[in-house]
Amino acid sequence: MELLNIALPKGRLGEKVLAIFEDAGFPCPSIHQAGRKLIFENEEAGVRYFWVKPSDVSIYVERGAADLGVAGKDILLEYQPDIYELLDLGIGTCRMAVAAKKDFRDDPGRTLRVATKFSKIASSYYLSKGRDIDIIHLNGSIELAPILGLSDVIVDIVETGATLRENNLTVLEEVIPISARLIANKASYKFKNKTIDNLVRCTAQLLEERT
Amino acid sequence: MTNLSAEAFSASLRSLYSRYGYCRYKMNKFEEYDLYARNKDFLICDSVITFTDVDGKLMALKPDVTLSMVKNTRDEPGIRKLYYNENVYRVCKGSQGFKEIMQMGLEAMGEIDEYCIYEVLKLAAESLNSTEKCCILEISHLGLLSSAICHAGIRPEEHRQVIRCIGEKNLHQLQSICVRMGIPQQEINLLRRLASLYGTPQEVLPVVQSLLTGIADEQELSQFLRIIDALNAGKFRDMIRIDFSAVSDPQYYSGFVFKGFAQGVPSAILSGGQYDSMMRKMKRQAGAIGFAVYLDILEQYSPVQTDYDVDTLLIYDESCSIPEIEAMAREATTESILLQRQIPPGIRYRRLITMGKGRIP
Repeated sequence: MELLNIALPKGRLGEKVLAIFEDAGFPCPSIHQAGRKLIFENEEAGVRYFWVKPSDVSIYVERGAADLGVAGKDILLEYQPDIYELLDLGIGTCRMAVAAKKDFRDDPGRTLRVATKFSKIASSYYLSKGRDIDIIHLNGSIELAPILGLSDVIVDIVETGATLRENNLTVLEEVIPISARLIANKASYKFKNKTIDNLVRCTAQLLEERT
Repeated sequence: MTNLSAEAFSASLRSLYSRYGYCRYKMNKFEEYDLYARNKDFLICDSVITFTDVDGKLMALKPDVTLSMVKNTRDEPGIRKLYYNENVYRVCKGSQGFKEIMQMGLEAMGEIDEYCIYEVLKLAAESLNSTEKCCILEISHLGLLSSAICHAGIRPEEHRQVIRCIGEKNLHQLQSICVRMGIPQQEINLLRRLASLYGTPQEVLPVVQSLLTGIADEQELSQFLRIIDALNAGKFRDMIRIDFSAVSDPQYYSGFVFKGFAQGVPSAILSGGQYDSMMRKMKRQAGAIGFAVYLDILEQYSPVQTDYDVDTLLIYDESCSIPEIEAMAREATTESILLQRQIPPGIRYRRLITMGKGRIP
């Protein structure tokens, strides 16, 4: 049987995803052994897992290096890969939000300066509101931008809101809820349809039993 | 296309299309930019190379062929059958600059009838077959899909959102946006069912028929079933799949839409459909159907691998005369021969012949 190549996001989210797949009937004992291996196979279960940087999962899947993968909705909205989004796994839940300093007052008469890692999401959000903005693309420590006067607001992922509170920032608006999604390469879906369908069905069933 | 080069593949497609009476359509490299500005959504990418012509007109290097063909042909009685093999200039997804891409395809424009749709689909399947890879031609029908969307009570301005979810097989988002629109669950279930359908005509057509009877236009549904049945009866039986997630922009496309995939290639290598809506948009009376084959993608994933750069490498020196070198090259009886004074760095050859003073006995 041809193995399904599955890209898992490195980190806590990936560990949770792996646990779901294993409970759904696609275990891989070798992935739990310490070592420097990058790829882990279980021929019996028909799976080959590998860990990749979370923001790279959609690239691996879109380019066909992985048949399936798990990526956050934030990544999918930002990069808009040409893939199938087969399941909402309901984990890694958080929200994309607009935040600013607690005393910030928006002046619609001037261009809003928005610092973000998610330029596309922020642009389309403000476009839908008809608001003129200036995007300041940052790669990290987004919260610093309004504190240092680099931007008026930020568009970023908010989990508990603790970092925002500690830095005297507050959420102004929610842009979109985020969670982890099971995605598939379009060509793989055609050529490995039965095996992908089986994994999706078993995973969906497991998630349903748990809710 | 295990070992078939892009040139050989395009030659086999040219011969295929000519055999069916399609005429080669050769066009200018440039087109007025205005054509693309008015139809940006039709293009795969909206970046176009522009320049100002000597008469002050803003021109563009063609990013697409179909729009130019529609613009430069006239409505005539019957069906005009054309094929093209042109370079287009566009920014590919993920790349930082423009690329020249060789694109091949065919278009049928005019009084498109059932046989013509069948013929174009058959030629799409034949084109895939010419790759010598295991291929799949997935077929959908935007008219049938639109009927189900309208039947669900979704407003025209929201069709695009719903079609995008169906295109991604994104059932959870389809569910949530339909609930937000106040669509009854029974109707949502129908759309979810259509989005998730995938399989051979034998597996899927009975389901399509039972789901859409009484919802879709009867003639449109029966034509869809007849054409798929006809394709499925031929030699492409194993290649045909029905998948309503194969969608295209309804502003341009209306009836059949289809995509071709080859094993080992991560994205579609062929894409096409009926673009009557685009013809109306461009004030044309005729109907149209066609497809493009993405030779660049196919070539990228089908490298022609050889063990050697050249079969024979012949090294001569200043002591060898032209007739001697010519005679030695003739004697070598080889697939390919490279004549050099010294061995080029990094070259891979199967056999080495040296002549002159440094001759290897």
